[in-house]
Amino acid sequence: MEYKDYYKILGVARGATQDEIKRSYRKLARKYHPDVSKEPNAEEKFKEVQESYEVLKDPKKREAYDQLGTQWQGGQEFRPPPNWGGFSGAAQGTNFEGEDFGGFSDFFANIFGGQARQASGGRHRRHSADQRGSDQHAKISIPLEDAYHGATKSIQLQTPEANEYGMMQNKIRTLKINIPKGVTSGQQLRLAGQGIPGMGRGPAGDLFLEIEIQPNRLFSLQGKDIYVTLPITPWEAALGAKVPVPTLGGAVDMKIAAGSQAGQKLRLKGRGMPSKAVSGDQYVLLQVVTPPANTDVQRALYEKMSQEMPFNPREKMEHS
Amino acid sequence: MSKNTFLVMREIVIEEQPKLSLEELCVACHVTPDDIQDMVDFGVIDVENNILETYEFDMHHLRRVRTAIHLQQDLEVNLAGAALVLDLMDEVEQLRTQVALLEKQLKF
Repeated sequence: MEYKDYYKILGVARGATQDEIKRSYRKLARKYHPDVSKEPNAEEKFKEVQESYEVLKDPKKREAYDQLGTQWQGGQEFRPPPNWGGFSGAAQGTNFEGEDFGGFSDFFANIFGGQARQASGGRHRRHSADQRGSDQHAKISIPLEDAYHGATKSIQLQTPEANEYGMMQNKIRTLKINIPKGVTSGQQLRLAGQGIPGMGRGPAGDLFLEIEIQPNRLFSLQGKDIYVTLPITPWEAALGAKVPVPTLGGAVDMKIAAGSQAGQKLRLKGRGMPSKAVSGDQYVLLQVVTPPANTDVQRALYEKMSQEMPFNPREKMEHS
Repeated sequence: MSKNTFLVMREIVIEEQPKLSLEELCVACHVTPDDIQDMVDFGVIDVENNILETYEFDMHHLRRVRTAIHLQQDLEVNLAGAALVLDLMDEVEQLRTQVALLEKQLKF
């Protein structure tokens, strides 16, 4: 297992005061809080910060951690010293139930594992012998095409489970799930009984899976509607045309009216995200692209247009 | 449990638009009905008629309640602050989507 440098993670010196540790924790918790942060790997970093604070805020845990010595580097392969007797802190506080401390590292579990079942997890209640397991929350990131058509995906979940010695260990399990077609970004699916196993005869919790849809090169998703920018030529805009438009369900022909302008929004009804109720629409934003004038003939054509079609697009910009 | 369609695959039941009773919401978030009432009072969640006992909560409520609890516990934000953060986050999200759409249009 890897050694965790809790001081480094919190960005404090080994001799930092409890106040300094708290200040640094608050700052980093705000920065990496998975509910508000857009930082990459926010969740992972937040858990590291939480784990570090969990140890360093508690003088007993901090002392035990400090006893491991200063010769270790973060990420280095760690084996507890031969004389290491583990951590036996006061068995006070609420139970370690998994959801929030489940992400703590093996390093944490190994050093403080003997006490982990009584770790001070403020989010949880004490439980009796038979209790329903916690719900588990996870995110799954899928391409837009999979959201449109539906897909089968395998996900790996880290679930904390007590081993025969009562120590918490993270187990990886794989679930194969059917993503229903038409899911939208931020939508949550509930998988009954797929959360953390219950205690005693208690039933397992549920798994809530939040759908995250990856950005797509062509299509943008807004709720159930799809937006696509369609480049057209000046003559298609001026004279009208029938042009193929990509949609997630395949290309469709769309009529562009004569005299169309850039920025106009056309609607393809029902071509957005499918839904049992009302499917979304696809909006097509016109973008007029002018061809380059590279040859003499091409330049002559533009010049002829300027003579035959006197036109001032900046008319409305003129000051009186 | 949900009144919506179930998809069953290898005995895993997937609810697409799950609805939660007050009790289920409380279990899912490790809170009491009084806590939920406080959240309604501070505007963390909106509940029509304010009758929690018979209300069908959806995933939007669950997300807001969970986030409010996390903000309270992890960042020491109070309920009024959590409601404000949640509203601003929704607005930021909406703006981010719009900006991404406009930026994409400009690239063509």
